[in-house]
Amino acid sequence: MSEISVRNFTKVFESQKSAESVSALENVSFEIPAGQFLCIIGPSGCGKSTLLHAVAGFVKGTSGEALQDGRPIGGPGPDRIVIFQEYGLFPWLTVSENVEFGLLAKGVAATERKQTVQRYLDLVKLGGSERRYPHELSGGMKQRVSIARALAPDPEVVLMDEPFAALDSLTRDVLQEEILRIWEATRKTFVLITHNIEEAIFLGDRVIVMTARPGRIKAQIDVGIARPRHPSIRTSHPDFLAIKEHLAQLLRTEIAREAA
Amino acid sequence: MKEAGGLAPSQQIAALSSLQGPAAGVSRLLSSWLAKLKHLILIPIIFLLWEIGVRLHWINGNVLPPPSATIHALIDLAEAGYLWQDIEASVLRVTIGFTLAAIAAVSLGLALGIWRSAAAYLLPVIELLRPISVLAWIPLAILWFGLGDHSAWFIIFLGSFFPIFTNTYLGARSVAPIHLQVAQCFGASKWLFLRRVMFPSALPYIVAGLRVGLGVGWTCVIAAELIAATSGLGYMIQLARTMIETEKVMAGMIVIGIIGFLMNSGMHWLERRLIPWNPDRH
Repeated sequence: MSEISVRNFTKVFESQKSAESVSALENVSFEIPAGQFLCIIGPSGCGKSTLLHAVAGFVKGTSGEALQDGRPIGGPGPDRIVIFQEYGLFPWLTVSENVEFGLLAKGVAATERKQTVQRYLDLVKLGGSERRYPHELSGGMKQRVSIARALAPDPEVVLMDEPFAALDSLTRDVLQEEILRIWEATRKTFVLITHNIEEAIFLGDRVIVMTARPGRIKAQIDVGIARPRHPSIRTSHPDFLAIKEHLAQLLRTEIAREAA
Repeated sequence: MKEAGGLAPSQQIAALSSLQGPAAGVSRLLSSWLAKLKHLILIPIIFLLWEIGVRLHWINGNVLPPPSATIHALIDLAEAGYLWQDIEASVLRVTIGFTLAAIAAVSLGLALGIWRSAAAYLLPVIELLRPISVLAWIPLAILWFGLGDHSAWFIIFLGSFFPIFTNTYLGARSVAPIHLQVAQCFGASKWLFLRRVMFPSALPYIVAGLRVGLGVGWTCVIAAELIAATSGLGYMIQLARTMIETEKVMAGMIVIGIIGFLMNSGMHWLERRLIPWNPDRH
């Protein structure tokens, strides 16, 4: 487990014409304690993906810094694995070869690799699909493979960039429950970007609300709902509904401000 | 002419394919194959018109011998055994030159895909060499290697190398950004990246490059043999030219065309087989 700090992080995407430069993030600071499930929510184009990519190490800040356990994040690395919305599976590798990729990169021995692949495929309920290719799978199954691939090398931090946005709502609900179960079993540091309020509350220990562009932190809300959380809290738990209403109001003002 | 009757069996097979039962799959395959064959119908028609043209003295048969004389010359060459020797010599040369070119071009293309800074230095050199016609290399090849196999291998190598290299390098650079990010994220070594990401990404490009390279190699072997060899199909038609045996020249050209066509079809087949993950091909 590992903690993440983001301090005074600002990102401006420079353009040759200075009038076209886009300020994506402005002076963003927050801490993620080790083992926390943090959800970041905001209107589209608020820079939340840029923020995740900064923690992943793909994006350097114009100013400010991102730290892991006190050390600056210099680039992408296997202790911070990203799960992408578009899965990023290798179409030429089978399901088990895809999951094996991170283990090969880590230099895990063949027998252990095989066992680990199997363990994580079972975890995401894909036992029996080992030899299939990604194009033979549904979107939900592809994202399951991507989750297994991310978890197999046992990373300290798992970063999810709107992982369920491309899925239908039923598949999305099921996968949220899977992710919740996996997090409760592993208690790693999870960061999830979403624009879905229910998803953020259902999964997160804490929800960060971003403003419309340029992205700043508008609010940080602790979700005090006890774990393990049952799927039914999405419709019945009074705290869930109260936080949902609160978040909806916060986001509504942001979207209205952006449109103005 | 026999070819003209080609449609009748195709119609029979098409009728068969409408039958139910286990034979239906096989006959469907045959009829789809024959459906493709019907696109070859212009070839016998051209041969037929050509033959009639010569017979009716519209075309001078000394300048352009009729198909019947050409086929006759071809049968003579085949019966005497020279044809097979020449085919063997040419095919062996192209196999050697093309294989060497494929190994060198694919390795270099992938290596430059990995080491972009080296590519920046090497690409201008390659781009300067590429437009030089292979024919322009033949005098140099003779000076360096003399007449014979080595000159031919060198010429074929040069001809095949550039299309294979260009395609491989293009393929190596076509790795999807998300796949690059995934590989970086997991901390993949250059070797793992090459094996599991870059090479498979580039494979469709590489196979297309190999197909083009083999075609160019096949035209190069003939060019090399016209000048710098003492065997092979190119040498054969050159020799027939000095004897003013125009029908033998034509016969050789037809054989060259057929072998090139078969090589290209074989590579197309390989292209479809090698890329099983591509959903478009299922």
